[in-house]
Amino acid sequence: MVIKLNPGAVITTPGNSVENKTGGWRSLRPVWDKKKCTQCMICWTYCPDISIPQKDGKRLETDFDFCKGCGICKQVCPFHAIIMEKEKK
Amino acid sequence: MKKVTEASQAVAEAVRLCRPGVIPVYPITPQTHIPERIADFVNNGEFDCELIYMESEHSAISAAIGSSAGGARTYTATASQGLALMHEILHIVSGMRLPVVMNVANRALSAPINIWNDHQDSISARDTGWIQLYVESSQEALDTTIMAFRIAEDKNVMLPIMVCLDGFTLSHVYEPIDIPDQKKVDNFLPKFTPLFKLDPKAPVTMGPVGFPDTFMDFKKQQQDAFDASLNIIKKTNSGFKKDFERSYGDGLVEGYMLDDADYVFVGMGTICGTARVVIDTMRKKGNKVGMLKLKCFRPFPEKEIIDSLSKAKAVAVFDRAVSFGHKGPVFSEIASAFCQAGKRPVLHSFIAGLGGRDVTLDHIEGAFSRIKKEKLPVSEWLM
Ligand code: SF4
Ligand code: SF4
Repeated sequence: MVIKLNPGAVITTPGNSVENKTGGWRSLRPVWDKKKCTQCMICWTYCPDISIPQKDGKRLETDFDFCKGCGICKQVCPFHAIIMEKEKK
Repeated sequence: MKKVTEASQAVAEAVRLCRPGVIPVYPITPQTHIPERIADFVNNGEFDCELIYMESEHSAISAAIGSSAGGARTYTATASQGLALMHEILHIVSGMRLPVVMNVANRALSAPINIWNDHQDSISARDTGWIQLYVESSQEALDTTIMAFRIAEDKNVMLPIMVCLDGFTLSHVYEPIDIPDQKKVDNFLPKFTPLFKLDPKAPVTMGPVGFPDTFMDFKKQQQDAFDASLNIIKKTNSGFKKDFERSYGDGLVEGYMLDDADYVFVGMGTICGTARVVIDTMRKKGNKVGMLKLKCFRPFPEKEIIDSLSKAKAVAVFDRAVSFGHKGPVFSEIASAFCQAGKRPVLHSFIAGLGGRDVTLDHIEGAFSRIKKEKLPVSEWLM
């Protein structure tokens, strides 16, 4: 991606944060167990990033380009369908 | 129009003539007369602007970011502890390249608490990315405030500016001044057109994160803008001369009896007025003494300083601030400028007039006699 360096770091293309992959900081990785998941969508609501994509009211596999490994999804899942594992290099 | 008035009121007149859209401000001695006079103008219907009384200086300068980002010409004023409280936001104003203009009525920093004049407040904000201009008289305060808007808003600059005037010694002193016509000022200072502005119809993001892959590039842009500003300041000063028949040296430095001077005084602000008197008296007795007034401290006009001082035998730099554990800040920077130069005078450092202590004719005359005698550099506090 070519970044345009406007004076004062002004970004004139709104919504371009999706181009800036920020998943690299993660030290823990949420592992989602599709079988245990009831699609209650609580994790989708709570994820502070845009890392749990959804289609037709159902969550999909975590988007690891943006997931920071904060573990909030694991904490809020009432069905223990998510566990946190150490991120491997 | 000619009028006898205080420098604070002269500054307020300048601000009114420049028509800023928003003025967020918080009062602090000795700056208070500036916003008070502006409030009079607004309340009397003589000046249409959004004057916002903030709850602190930190808030005042933060609101200035919002209004400048929204595309309004923005002005504020402060001093001393107020400027210190603004410190973290000062960096953000300049980093966001918002051309805010602010008057600083220079005052000492606590402790011990002291409301009188020195330059420790603005000198301590040296590296915040603001252009710093220092003035000697009420007229210069008025004129420089007008010039500051034009310099700050120049497309090649887009940097905030502090116009520093000595607290009390200038801010509260009555002098005859000439207040220019509104028409002439409108002609000199075009409407502010920001590079970018916050506008819901055409959204932009301001103040985003700068990762290591871009942060340094933005800092380099700021430095390049400072380099470019040297010429813009000079041009603005000569443009001002054309329109108003007044100017201040080349806009960066101003010499007095300098051409054949062997011994030169260097200072900033009102102390230069005192030095002129000493120089006049000493000249009558045949002493080849002169002055270099440093009007612009940031950007630091290295070339102009070297050109003006390299013929002198010795130079006395007067600082009204101190870099604790080292020397006077103006002295250090002049000394570092001369490291690059071939020929250099003996450079002497004098710390004077801290916390409102008088800098007298005798202090300056004494310094001239000292530097005439001493072969080795002197570094002294004039108590
Ligand atoms: S770990 Fe945090 S960022 Fe990643 S999916 Fe879960 S809630 Fe979102
Ligand atoms: S909170 Fe748990 S059960 Fe609900 S959608 Fe997310 S993973 Fe599935």
